[in-house]
Amino acid sequence: MSTAAREALDHAATPWLFGVAAITTAPHFLHQPLWLSSFAGLILLWGAWLWQGDRRLPGRWVLFLLVVLGCTGILLEFHSLFGRDAGVAMLVMFMAMKLLELKSRRDAMVIVTLGFFLLLTHYFYAQGITTGLWLLGALWLITAALIRLHGGPASPLRATLRYAASLVAQALPFMLLLYLLFPRISGPLWGLPQDAHAGKTGLSEQMAPGSIAQLVQSGEIAFRVRFDGPLPARDKLYWRGPVMENFDGQTWRQSPGRLAAEQIEALSLPITYETTLEASEQRWLLTLDAPTGLPPETALNGRLTAHARQPISQRQRFRFAASLDFRFNVRESTAVLERNRALPPGLNPQTQALAVDWRNSGKTPAAIVNQALTLFAGRDFAYTLQPPLLGRNGIDDFLFRSKRGFCEHYAAAFVVLMRSAGIPARVVGGYQGGEKNPLDGYLVIRQSDAHAWAEVWLDGRGWVRVDPTAVVAPARLENGIGDVLAAGEPLPAVLQLRSDMLRNLRYRWEALNNAWNQQILGYDAQSQRELLSRLGLSDTGWQNLAILLAAGCSLALAALTVWTMYNRPERDPAMRLWHKALRHLTRRQVNWAPWETPLAIARRVHLEQPALGEAFDRVVEAYLQTRYAGASDNLKTLRAAVARLP
Amino acid sequence: MGLVSSLKQRLFRWQSDGTTRFRLGQRRIFIVPTRAGLLFATALLVMLIGAINYNLALGHALVFLLAGLGMAGMVHTFRNLHGLLVTPGRCEAVFAGETAHFTLTLDNDRKQPRQALELGIAGEKTVPAAVDRLASTKISIPLLARQRGWLELPRIRLSTVYPLGLFVAWSYLQPAMRCLVYPQPLFSALPPPRPTAQGGARSGEGGEEDFAGFRERQPADSPRHVAWKASARQNGDQGLLVKQFAGGAETELQLDWASTAGMASSEERLSLLTGWVISAADEGCRYSLAIPGWNIPPGSGEAHRRHCLETLALFPA
Repeated sequence: MSTAAREALDHAATPWLFGVAAITTAPHFLHQPLWLSSFAGLILLWGAWLWQGDRRLPGRWVLFLLVVLGCTGILLEFHSLFGRDAGVAMLVMFMAMKLLELKSRRDAMVIVTLGFFLLLTHYFYAQGITTGLWLLGALWLITAALIRLHGGPASPLRATLRYAASLVAQALPFMLLLYLLFPRISGPLWGLPQDAHAGKTGLSEQMAPGSIAQLVQSGEIAFRVRFDGPLPARDKLYWRGPVMENFDGQTWRQSPGRLAAEQIEALSLPITYETTLEASEQRWLLTLDAPTGLPPETALNGRLTAHARQPISQRQRFRFAASLDFRFNVRESTAVLERNRALPPGLNPQTQALAVDWRNSGKTPAAIVNQALTLFAGRDFAYTLQPPLLGRNGIDDFLFRSKRGFCEHYAAAFVVLMRSAGIPARVVGGYQGGEKNPLDGYLVIRQSDAHAWAEVWLDGRGWVRVDPTAVVAPARLENGIGDVLAAGEPLPAVLQLRSDMLRNLRYRWEALNNAWNQQILGYDAQSQRELLSRLGLSDTGWQNLAILLAAGCSLALAALTVWTMYNRPERDPAMRLWHKALRHLTRRQVNWAPWETPLAIARRVHLEQPALGEAFDRVVEAYLQTRYAGASDNLKTLRAAVARLP
Repeated sequence: MGLVSSLKQRLFRWQSDGTTRFRLGQRRIFIVPTRAGLLFATALLVMLIGAINYNLALGHALVFLLAGLGMAGMVHTFRNLHGLLVTPGRCEAVFAGETAHFTLTLDNDRKQPRQALELGIAGEKTVPAAVDRLASTKISIPLLARQRGWLELPRIRLSTVYPLGLFVAWSYLQPAMRCLVYPQPLFSALPPPRPTAQGGARSGEGGEEDFAGFRERQPADSPRHVAWKASARQNGDQGLLVKQFAGGAETELQLDWASTAGMASSEERLSLLTGWVISAADEGCRYSLAIPGWNIPPGSGEAHRRHCLETLALFPA
């Protein structure tokens, strides 16, 4: 259409494109392999150096060699050129390469389009408020670059930036309309690549000494809960994850397979709550014991752990009901009880001997449980994130020598003691407690609230929760982990905020984030239906949405058009009155011409419409006085003269 | 004035006859996406599919914001032309083979500047233009004059892709402007002068031989005769001075169609006569021009020269 696209790029426009490349690729440096970031960074610097000296761009062969080099690197790193991470790496590399063949305006448009794609790929990794702001900032810069590209060197920097800001601001109403009304489809449309949701921290399916201690060092939020009623007591807030029944001397694992449905006997009225789970790539839903009401597509697995059908690969909301006082599986199958008494043979002889002693002294199982807890309550046991390494007989080493450990040590040691005494027992992983944000009332559960406890089966009472950590470090349950550990333990920074002001700031920030997550990121087909029904639209088929959207966008477009087109300067009032008089002449069929002076027009009026002549003379007189004599009260005379035109 | 004609006038007010100033209204501006705009739209579609597939809330937001940006860009591209005032200007006569320059004035009575406008005749190189806020700019559109006679300014395409390059808005302008093209001059020796009918010597403008003093410059005097040094010595209140010559043999050239009989075609004869007119005027002679149907009495000066050249330019082929 236009030859402009093939036009050579003007020299001073190039830094804008370097800026676009830098701002769209920079956040990827956070999660990309270092070599790729340096590769892209070096190419960018090289491009800048070539530009600065107005040097010749490298030839085809050099570029080809660089592409081959980059692709080989990506292939070695990701074992593929496609998929999420490899795709992003390819985009970054192409963006860098394109800077080396920046010749025409068309190349510049390619850079800008690549930049849009790169912006999109950031949201694979983060969708927080800061990322949202980055989006706006980056888009501002890209728009300014486009304006500079098409406006030529005449556009000054500040004016360009201001114009870009106003364009982005004018785009916002459209975004809002589209965001609210564009028919939402819940993805995925097709199978996602294997690495679509890689690298999530969280509880794992097995527990070895140190695994939870490591998790606790992350201040990341695991999930948020909002109770419909008041917040239950802290010592009831056990969020159940995997139940681990198999022990090989080192590691606790889940026992595969489904068990018969639970028999839950609720002893208190159920409470209801809503959980917003962050992506964990696990299927468990971390419900409160004991779940009595589950949303569709979820189920219990016979061990009181609620599961979703699919792994939680993105933030998701669920509503649950729970009875906090309950009895669970008072009748249990022998196979399950047998499995929960089994121990690896020949390991931990000291522990076994102690437990056998207890049993032989004729104590009831409940008394043995108490005996074990009394043991832990003794002075010598300490609660620490940095326990010493344990040998092959790990439980013996812990119970009789080091006596320092974290929740998984206590839970494991307790279960081994119980099993040695012939009492069925197992380890439960999950989270305990949480922190209430006073601003929005949400209970926030972090990775640092990860916990392990034990469950024993007692005749007539079913499975009973026993938390040895509560005996060793009672404050752990009351105040969270931040208060329990000695200074110098490697805790996440968010938990070390002692000052009230900082804590308050953190509450504010997290409440804001939560609102962002719930209202903006969590806006889906369901919320769309709710919004529309609140607007009075009951039928929310896509046709209705499309009509509403088209109407809204047209309205916005019309408003924008009117606002931008008719933004003319206020004309001088004398001039306005003069034009009014001229329009009057046109109506009276006086053939005046735009180049005629007022006096010439007056002469013409006398010739063509003598009846109008004198009245128009007065207008001309008043107009000339106002315009050129400059007295403001002449304006009144002029207005009167124009009004009196016959 | 009947209702229909009044309505017509109201509806098609923009249809000025092309000789006076007119404003670009929405009815004469066209707008379509550029190639870059289509690339942009395709990219948005792909990004939307990606955002749906990976369920990226902010991805949706990005795509929608970009779509909004596209729409705002469309309005702004349109606005860059809308309401622009175009005033046809003058065009100085040129000789065939030279480039004629048509001057247009663009007025912007809006508070925002209008950047990156492009004007051009179909098939010719475009001329960039920009009009600052509440300002006007003179644009000269070059067009090669190939033939003598009137050169009408063809339809002009005024277009812009500013600010984002995603849309191109354009309008066709048809200002009633034309440029007189003189025949291409063919320079050769002037025909021999003939004594004047009156004979004798006349004082006045004809002489070239003896310097007789200065007089004030008249608009008809050629700038070549201005005595720049003497004018500069004046204290500035007076106009320019021209040298006045007196005496000398009064020569009078008769540039006659008949004396070009050696040329092959009438166009070449016209060229030769044009060359003679230029040379005679340069030498300051009095000359007359006689071509079939026209007989211009002897004279000299700028107006005479122009009259002769115009006659040659418009000689019916």
